Amino acid sequence: MTTIDAGPAVKGRARTLTPLWLLLPAAAVLLPLFVYPIYQLGLLSVLDFRQAQVSGGQPTRFIGLDNYTDLMSAPRFWSVLWATVLFAAALVLVTLAVGAALAVLLTKVSRWAAYTLSLAAMAAWAAPAMTGSTVWMFLFDTNLGLVNRVLGWEGHNWTYERLDAFALVGAVVVWHSFPFVMVTLYAGIKALPEQVLEAAQLDGANPWQSFWRVTVPMLRPIIAIVVIQSIIWDFKIFTQIYVMTNGGGIAGQNLTLNVYAYQQAFASSEYGLGSAIGVVMMLILLAVTLVYLRLLRRSGEPL
Amino acid sequence: MKKRIAGVAVAAALLTGCAPSTNAPATSGTDEKTGTLRVWLFDEPNRTPKEAVIKAAVEEFQAAHQGVTVDVQYIAVETRAERFKGAFNDPASAPDVVEFGNTDLAEYVNAGGLADIGADLDGWAEGADLAADLRASATVDGTAYGLPWWVGVRALHYRTDVFTELGLTPPATLAELTATAKTIRQRKPDLFGVAVGGKYTFGALPFVWANGGDITALNSAQSRAGVTAYTDLLKDDNCPPQQCADLTGGKTVELFAGGKAGMAILGNFNRAAVEAGTVKGKYAVVPLPGVTAGSIAPAFAGGNNLGVMKNTPRRTLAADFLKLLGSKNYQLKMFDAMGNLPTLTSARTELAAKDATLKPFLDTIAAGTKFVPVDPGWGAIDSQAVIPTMLQNVATGRSTVDAATDEAAAAVSAALKK
Repeated sequence: MTTIDAGPAVKGRARTLTPLWLLLPAAAVLLPLFVYPIYQLGLLSVLDFRQAQVSGGQPTRFIGLDNYTDLMSAPRFWSVLWATVLFAAALVLVTLAVGAALAVLLTKVSRWAAYTLSLAAMAAWAAPAMTGSTVWMFLFDTNLGLVNRVLGWEGHNWTYERLDAFALVGAVVVWHSFPFVMVTLYAGIKALPEQVLEAAQLDGANPWQSFWRVTVPMLRPIIAIVVIQSIIWDFKIFTQIYVMTNGGGIAGQNLTLNVYAYQQAFASSEYGLGSAIGVVMMLILLAVTLVYLRLLRRSGEPL
Repeated sequence: MKKRIAGVAVAAALLTGCAPSTNAPATSGTDEKTGTLRVWLFDEPNRTPKEAVIKAAVEEFQAAHQGVTVDVQYIAVETRAERFKGAFNDPASAPDVVEFGNTDLAEYVNAGGLADIGADLDGWAEGADLAADLRASATVDGTAYGLPWWVGVRALHYRTDVFTELGLTPPATLAELTATAKTIRQRKPDLFGVAVGGKYTFGALPFVWANGGDITALNSAQSRAGVTAYTDLLKDDNCPPQQCADLTGGKTVELFAGGKAGMAILGNFNRAAVEAGTVKGKYAVVPLPGVTAGSIAPAFAGGNNLGVMKNTPRRTLAADFLKLLGSKNYQLKMFDAMGNLPTLTSARTELAAKDATLKPFLDTIAAGTKFVPVDPGWGAIDSQAVIPTMLQNVATGRSTVDAATDEAAAAVSAALKK
């Protein structure tokens, strides 16, 4: 008793300070790793910073928001932004649907089938994006691809039409990212107390109802993580687009924001403009994530 | 309060300390006559013959300069931009003599990485042998930053067997080229008339130049005529957009070499690839015709330069080695090894007498070549795919020639203004 009784004032002060102390180690790692690059990104985005400035051929100039106004006034930027948002939204929905369906399937099938399915999914997950994209392009090659040969569509170019190309790239992205969703949700489902599902069954709920009314609400925290992860992942898509559509497709029809930033800025040594695109992307992702978390919070218990 | 001001001051000092780094590649001030001379040359597929020539040059140079070793490194062409950026940013690890693509020149000069070698070229006995349009391709604002080492130009390759079978003659004008291409496609539907690609910038530019247009005025009436002529070839009756809109120049080489096209616009540097294909012995080359009969469409003078880095501590040695590699003797050896066309006029005259297959290419050079704008903005125009986007927009019917050229012209002028 005597050991904890240190007086109300000290107690209050200690209580407010302790969390800060505990956060210190994490902050020591996170601040240099995240805040400094973000600060540099923001700084570069208000400078005229090209190769000539990096290597000292010309002085670095502060140009305020010029990079941003350049960006916003380019009609291309807006069309690429819209394409990226819609493409990412579609990818998130499909990845989640596929991942969740397979996670539920995993809980229903025999042990042997579950192993096989997990192993196949892991292989897709482990395949590097570059390799995966290249292999898929072999399959869908215009003249020599297996798919065209099987379908008898020799000479059909899968990346000629804008939507075809997006669909093909989207399939590869989903193939790469559904295993994460599947494994995470499967672990979540396995951790659910069986009595609850049993109770639902006894009350006469069919599998569809017990999935939507019981499983999904109880998995909300896990689903939130998976959704946010997928949004960030799919919004920043680069490799698959770059490899499969040859750097953005015919006349740039399949550009996404990240590829656009690379092409407009970094490949052209326009580091200032590139950083401005980076800042815009970061703000969009932050906004989407915050809104999503907000909605979740409003619709139920805290996460 | 005082504490807070101090805090702000510290933060401000920290922030300014964290500003993006800038290095000034100033001249080093020293000019050492001994030590290691570092040289960067491009790595190329099948580099062995090039390496043998360079080895001979290094031995000759080391014999003439006591106490000097020449260290040659071959850098990958694909990652050259990163290597050069690194060399400009960190003078300690930079080379003294470099080989670089002539379209990259302006960007490197703008970065302050290359030394002015105008005086060296003027004082060099063989310097006068360099054609003016070639020297201009390595000159920025009146200052020479490079010695054009070799050039490559493109000319029209055609299948002699197909032409004989169909009773065709090589086209004398661009309009005839289109007609001939369509005839081939019509009579032999498994062949492309002339292999063209939506990403083949240097195949399309001669059409623009032949019509009197230029990269800096893509939406002029003349340029539009050229763009129209080229994109008319990207149609189902010659090279269907489904298959050709996304082709690069390299792909057209494969198509022609593999016997899939009646004609193609290929470079002298593609000879090995074409000879290795199924068309060996079944093709001939003529200069790409211009608008009027007997004229030649101006070709793009691609090629590589040799230059001296601004921060080299061995300025004189570097210039001497550059002149040795650029001499007629070594230019001819490089031709034998790699097929690179010499930049010295007398060397080309000598070759023309020796090798008849070079005639169409040498005629093309003699008729006058064109170059991309010598401006750091060209790098951006290239990496933003301005010209391919224009061609593809027209070829796929997503945009009219007028709209596509207007868009491209705006992008070009924005990039050149910076």
